[in-house]
Amino acid sequence: MSADDPFEAIKQTFFLECEELLTDLEASVTALTFGDGDGETINAAFRAIHSIKGGAGAFGLEELVRFAHVFETYMDELRSGRKTCDETAIRAMLHASDVLADHVSFARGLIPSMDEERSQTVANDLRALMDDGGPVGAAAPTPGPSLDPIEAEFDFKPVMFDFGDTTSVPDDVTPEGWIITFKPHIRLYETGNEPALLLRELARLGPCQISLDTSELVALADLGEPSACLSWTIELDAPVELESITEIFEFVEGECDLVILPKGNSAAFVEESSAGDVDIAALLAAATAPAPAAPATDEVDIQALLAMATAAAVPAPAADAPAPVASVTPTAPAPSAPSTKAAAPSGNASAAAGGQASIRVDLDRIDKLINVVGELVIQQAMLAQSVAECGLAASSTVKVGLEDLEQLSREIQDSVMAIRAQPVKSVFQRMPRLVREVAEMTGKNVRLITEGEATEVDKTVVDRLAEPITHMIRNAIDHGLEDAEGRTASGKPKEGTIRLAALHRSGRIVIEVSDDGRGINRERVRKIAIDRGLISADANLSNEETDNLIFLPGFSTADSVSDISGRGVGMDVVRRSIQQLGGRISIASTPGKGSVFTMSLPLTLAVLDGMVVRAGGQTLLSPLSSIIESFTPKEGDLHRIGARDWVIRFRDRFLPLIDTGRVLGFAGPDAPEITGRDGIAIVVENEGGSQVALWVDDIQGQRQVVIKSLETNYRKVDGISAATILGDGRVALILDIDALVVLGRQQANQSEFKIAS
Amino acid sequence: MTKKILTVDDSRTMRDMLMLALSDAGYEVVQAEDGIDGLETLEREGADVVITDINMPRLDGFGFIEGVRANPAHRGLPVLVLTTESSAEKKARAKEAGATGWIVKPFDPVKLVDVVRRVSG
Repeated sequence: MSADDPFEAIKQTFFLECEELLTDLEASVTALTFGDGDGETINAAFRAIHSIKGGAGAFGLEELVRFAHVFETYMDELRSGRKTCDETAIRAMLHASDVLADHVSFARGLIPSMDEERSQTVANDLRALMDDGGPVGAAAPTPGPSLDPIEAEFDFKPVMFDFGDTTSVPDDVTPEGWIITFKPHIRLYETGNEPALLLRELARLGPCQISLDTSELVALADLGEPSACLSWTIELDAPVELESITEIFEFVEGECDLVILPKGNSAAFVEESSAGDVDIAALLAAATAPAPAAPATDEVDIQALLAMATAAAVPAPAADAPAPVASVTPTAPAPSAPSTKAAAPSGNASAAAGGQASIRVDLDRIDKLINVVGELVIQQAMLAQSVAECGLAASSTVKVGLEDLEQLSREIQDSVMAIRAQPVKSVFQRMPRLVREVAEMTGKNVRLITEGEATEVDKTVVDRLAEPITHMIRNAIDHGLEDAEGRTASGKPKEGTIRLAALHRSGRIVIEVSDDGRGINRERVRKIAIDRGLISADANLSNEETDNLIFLPGFSTADSVSDISGRGVGMDVVRRSIQQLGGRISIASTPGKGSVFTMSLPLTLAVLDGMVVRAGGQTLLSPLSSIIESFTPKEGDLHRIGARDWVIRFRDRFLPLIDTGRVLGFAGPDAPEITGRDGIAIVVENEGGSQVALWVDDIQGQRQVVIKSLETNYRKVDGISAATILGDGRVALILDIDALVVLGRQQANQSEFKIAS
Repeated sequence: MTKKILTVDDSRTMRDMLMLALSDAGYEVVQAEDGIDGLETLEREGADVVITDINMPRLDGFGFIEGVRANPAHRGLPVLVLTTESSAEKKARAKEAGATGWIVKPFDPVKLVDVVRRVSG
């Protein structure tokens, strides 16, 4: 398996294409599920399956081809209207799409084994639906794995000419030669076939005597409608199989009169004409006279003949004639009608084609580009810093040039990042089926509403969203929603609603999964947490804190993990996978009304706009997206609450004040209190939308920085999300605002605890 | 002179396969993604032979061939359809639309080039 092997490269392309086709298929089936589909939707689904089958055939992926063939055949029934696209049909399509996806994954080596039994069952269900349109359940007794006929269809079999009963020449006798009379119809020329080429093919079989009959050729003066005027008689002096000859004329079957006679034999082998009915008497007459009556037979050598044949074809494709005679229509029905037909769609073609204009680029190449651009930005910043230190005049060309350079590097960076941005649609599209499946398993009525599908986020983030979203939705249906009776009893509509939404908020992407179910059973959660030793029996927790206990490792219990939502994975795993992306997850629940899972993730994992600040002697970077305002507090704006907590007055409100340097441990416990230092308050907003103020010593300016993972290069640090390198070469830590707030609160609690004890 | 072949197929895999087989045989290949794209590409670039898929979005292979034939300049242009269906019906419809011949998928590259040569010389 070499990357240089073009065939292997195409195979990889095929699998990538399969991914897209499966997504398309999924989208079509989803549309049909919600009754949004029409004929074109079914067509699109058909095409997707058809393309998968086509490619799979090329790579000899037989299992995949077989299944795709059954699925495709069924879709063909639907699109032709022979079968109705009802609830049963849609369910069958959903199952079949699943199995098809599995086949692809298996062929690609992504899954170790294929559930053949399921594949068979689903294929049989499809066949059963085709047989009688009956319910899926009726499928059981249908013949099992007799899939062989399909394979036969894939063999290349030339369409054999109909020999009829009159041709009683034994098959096993190959005559020493053949006499072929060949009279093209006008249609042969119209379909782009070329007698000269056919004759050349015949000549390849053996020595040929070819005579051209020009007797029907009309005088130039009488030349009117294009017509076929020429016919040929070919004496082939080679003991070849009849099949070799018929194969040559395969494409022109029905577009010519063709008689193939064995040389020296009195029986006609083949008679082929568009009319189809054979005048036996005439045929026999022709057969007995071996060199068929050719009134004006000219014996010519092949070269001359070929030249002539090409020339003779002129009357038919009238196109070459600069001023064809007016009445072209009768024999050439094509021009008028189809030309308008062709013109109409091409009108909107450019727009549609424009939307599709894209190229495939290997992700590694983009990432390399992003890295290099990152270095460029850092380098540019360092250069700017050095120049600034030289004390050049603001109008100096160096400075002006550098400003332009900065602008450009920024634009390059934005453009490069945009390449990686993708709408979350690809992930959202997979969810309707999941909802359907889980609903089916749990016997609940569920409707899924999606919002913000077009919200864009870095590809890495998109790719890793599917798993946590899947888990949250499973969880919401399984645990969140009540069953139909339960809902009716609480005065809710029978159908539960799951809402999946994506939106941009403070420079991050927020994904919300909400349900209108029963909400978190806090009593039970609390009890489980106590039983598992996660909290002490007398712990005093707020509702919010109780709800969020479900994310703790070890919380998942046997009776809370069903095979639907559980799959052996607890919410703690979900939380960890989100944290790895620099994200957070939380839950807000209202008993009886439902729950909202909110996860927030960075839009990109590569760059950040931030404010450079100093706190506790360290250079830090606060994400610009979360900063509301910064100000120097006046005397009396600061108030102490409790032992070490401070609040600050901001627009007639009091916000908690976090002493950044102290909370992060940069400033020792002996550092002077806030009131004893000069400082600036930065008002920030966390994902929950609540505001706090960060106390810093100094603000040094705004900067766009390239994020360097701290965990990869060093280790995880509480309250810090990552690091960066500034223009002067200093390393600056990037603040994780939410984590910092939590950290601040914890320390405050601890200090209170100390005081209390 | 190198012959130019226009391939019309919505499947990138299939376009790549055709490209590989045909360029190995010394043909110049231009590609289009569906019938409409195919008609536009043909007008823009021209071609000595056209190979088209049948099932495509926007404009299918039959419509595409009719569109090709509607232009008198292309009446003699060899157009081959790619079909997984070896059913007589598909071939008959293709023929009706004006197809020169057909290639059954999955194709053997040698066979493919053979058919192309057979219709184009």
